[in-house]
Amino acid sequence: MALPFKVYRSCPSLLQYSSKAAGAVLQQRTNAWWSQVELGPPDVILGVSEAFKRDTDPKKINLGVGAYRDDNGKPYVLPSVRKAEELMMSKNLDHEYAPIGGSAEFCKEAANLAFGEGNEYVKNNLNATVQGISGTGSLRIGAAFLSKFFPGNKVVYMPSPTWGNHGPIFKHAGLDVASYRYYDKNTCGFDFQGAMDDIKNIPDKSIILLHACAHNPTGVDPKPEQWKEMSQAIKSKNIFPYFDMAYQGFASSDFDQDAMPIRQFLADGHQIALAQSFAKNMGLYGERAGAFSLTCISKEEAERNMSQIKILIRALYSNPPIHGAKIASTVLTTPDLKTQWIGEVKGMANRIISMRKQLQDNLVQLGSSRNWQHITDQIGMFCFTGLNPQQCEKLTKDFHVYLTKDGRISIAGITTKNVNHLAQGIHECSK
Amino acid sequence: MLAVFQAGGVQGLSGTGSLRLAMTFLKEQCGAKACLNSKPTWGNHLLMFRHLHYEDIREYRYWDPSTKGLDFSGMLVDFRAAPDKSVVVLHACAHNPTGVDPSHEQWKDICKVVQEKKFYVIFDCAYQGFASGDLDKDAWAVRYFVSQGVELFIAQSFAKNFGLYNERVGNLCVVAATPDALERIKSQVKLIVRGNYSNPPAHGARVVNTTLRDPELYSEWKGCIKTMANRVLAMRKALRDRLEALGTPGKWNHITDQIGMFSYTGLTQAQVAYLVEHYHIYLMKSGRVSMCGLSTSNLDYVAKAMHDAITKITT
Repeated sequence: MALPFKVYRSCPSLLQYSSKAAGAVLQQRTNAWWSQVELGPPDVILGVSEAFKRDTDPKKINLGVGAYRDDNGKPYVLPSVRKAEELMMSKNLDHEYAPIGGSAEFCKEAANLAFGEGNEYVKNNLNATVQGISGTGSLRIGAAFLSKFFPGNKVVYMPSPTWGNHGPIFKHAGLDVASYRYYDKNTCGFDFQGAMDDIKNIPDKSIILLHACAHNPTGVDPKPEQWKEMSQAIKSKNIFPYFDMAYQGFASSDFDQDAMPIRQFLADGHQIALAQSFAKNMGLYGERAGAFSLTCISKEEAERNMSQIKILIRALYSNPPIHGAKIASTVLTTPDLKTQWIGEVKGMANRIISMRKQLQDNLVQLGSSRNWQHITDQIGMFCFTGLNPQQCEKLTKDFHVYLTKDGRISIAGITTKNVNHLAQGIHECSK
Repeated sequence: MLAVFQAGGVQGLSGTGSLRLAMTFLKEQCGAKACLNSKPTWGNHLLMFRHLHYEDIREYRYWDPSTKGLDFSGMLVDFRAAPDKSVVVLHACAHNPTGVDPSHEQWKDICKVVQEKKFYVIFDCAYQGFASGDLDKDAWAVRYFVSQGVELFIAQSFAKNFGLYNERVGNLCVVAATPDALERIKSQVKLIVRGNYSNPPAHGARVVNTTLRDPELYSEWKGCIKTMANRVLAMRKALRDRLEALGTPGKWNHITDQIGMFSYTGLTQAQVAYLVEHYHIYLMKSGRVSMCGLSTSNLDYVAKAMHDAITKITT
C-alpha cells in the first residue's frame, strides 16, 4: 500500500542509474542505523492462532483468540449492527474530519450506557467523554491524561493477572505499574481477602485499575457485596479508580448488571475514569469504537478536563476514526435497532453461558475427579481452567486444542460440535 | 531489476498517527534526542515532538518573507548546525503551511546534507497527487532520496487524496537497506501500535485498498485527483490574475509558484484582522489561505477584499 514505493518499482531507469552509487552508500550506512533495534517478541496470542492455522487435524479447536464466534466457529456480525451500518451508509455522508473528541452523539450514548439511563452525569454535563480507539485507545487516552495531570502517586495498581496489554499501555504513557492480588489459583476464584489486604497497603492517592465485569483473563468477578467493600476501602485510601469495561452486556447479558460496579462506585462518591469498548458487545472489533470518560465535580471541571484531553488526542492522532462510532450511535439512538441489539447481545452471552455448562457437564460425565465449578462460576468470554503449562502443552499436542500457557480458554471458541472433544482433552490432561 | 531496498508498511491513523509512530520509534528505539522542523511547519509536528519529550526541538529556516519563497541557504546552514543523527521532518510536497516546495536541484542538495549529517528522515506525505495532480511528480523527492540510498520513513496520509479525512487512513512506510532491518523495525513499530491502540480501524483502509488494487477504480481515482488539483491550480491562477489586474501593490507570482492546498499570501496580521472584521473572510493570522476555500463565486470578492486590505493597511 506504500504508494511512493509501489509506483517507484515501475521506474527502473531511476533505479539503474543510481544503483551503483546506492550500493556504495549502503555499504557505509547499513551498519550505522538499526543495529540497536532488536526484533520485538511475537504476540503471544497471535502465536496461538498461527499455530492453530498450521495444524491440519480436523478436530482442532482455537481457544486462544478473544473474539466471539458462533456455534459454527464463525465470526458473528450482529444483524442489528449490519442494519445500522447500511442505514448509515445510505445517508451518503461526507468524510469531513470528526471533532477531536469524536462524535458527540456517540459519546453521549456511550456514557448513558455505562452510567445508566437518565444518570446525573450526562444530564448535568459532569462527564468529560471522548471517542477512543476502542478499549485500548480509550485506556491510552486516560493513561496520557493521568500521566500529565494526576496529582497523586503515578502508579497504576493492576489486578494479578490482568490483560497482557494493560502494562504496556500505561508504561507507554509514562506511568509505573504494580499489582494487587486477584486470582486465587487454589479455588480458581477471587482472592477477596488478598485483594483487600493489598488495597489497604496501596499508597494513598495511587491509581487502581478495575475490570468492571468479565475479568480478562480469568473470568473471575467479585460479588456485589465484595465490590461494595472494595469501594469503601479504595475510598478511604483516596485511591483513584480507573475502570476498564470491555464486556458490558456480554457478561451476564444484562447491561445494568454488568455496569453495576461502576455505578456502585459513583453512588459511593468516587470520581472515576472509564474506558469502554464496543468491540465485543457490538462485534465492531476492527472498527475501533470506544470511549474514555472522566466523571467530574462540576461542568466547569469537565470542560477544563475536556480541553486538556483534546490536546493529548491531537498529539496522538488528531481525531478519531468515525465509521465504527457512527454505527454504534445509530444502534443506540434507533429504538428498534437498540432493542434488537440487546436481544442479540443476550444471544451471545447465553451461548457462552450454555457452553460453560456443557463443558462442565461433560467433564463430570467423563468422571473427572477435579472440581470444575469454576467453569460456570466464572463469567464472560474467558475461563481460567486451572491447567498448568505442561497440561496445556499436552492438550495442544495430543488433542489439537489451542490455548495460552496460562490455562486460559476463550469460551467463545467452544461449539456444540467441539465441546465433547474439548472435554475429553481436558479430562485426559488433568487426570 | 535490483531489489536494493526493502520497503514495508504499518497502517497508521492517517498522517498524524503515522508520524507519531515514526517519532516514537526513533525516540524509544534509536535514542533520538534532537529533531528539526521547518520554520514554519504544521503546528502538530511540534506538539507531537513535545509530547514525546524530545530533548532538542529545533527549527530550520524555510519561509523567506522577502521572496515569499524558500530560504534555501538558511535551511542548509541550520541543517549543518544541528546535531548529527537528528530527526528531520521533510514535507514531501505541497508544504504546509507555506505551499513552497524546494526545486529538484534543491532537493538534491538537501539530500546530500541529510546524508552528511546522518539525519533520520521522516517524510510527511499528506498530499501525494493533490499537489500537481500527478502521483509520480509529487513523489519525486521521496524517490530521489531512496535512489540515493537514504533509509527513511514516509508518513502517508490518505485524508486529502481520498477525501477520507475522518476514517483515519494512513501508512507508515519504512524503507530499510536489508530485509532483516525492515523486520526488526516493523516489529518494534507494531509493539508501539499495540501499546497505543492495538490495531487500526478497518473501514477507510479497505476503501483505499480496494481502489488501489482495482485497475478501473485506480484509474478513476487518478482522474478525481486531477480534478481536485486542477481546481486548486485554477483558483491560484484566477486569484493572481485578479490581484494583478487590480494593480494590488506587491508581487503576486508566489500565489502560482506555491503549490498544494495552502498559500502563504504574505498578508500581515493587521491585514488579516481587517479581512476578518470587514469582509468576513477567515484565514490564519500567518496569512495562510486555504485555496480550497476559493470558488468561482467568491474569487472577485476575495481579490477586491485583499486589495482593499493591502492598500489601506500598510503595516
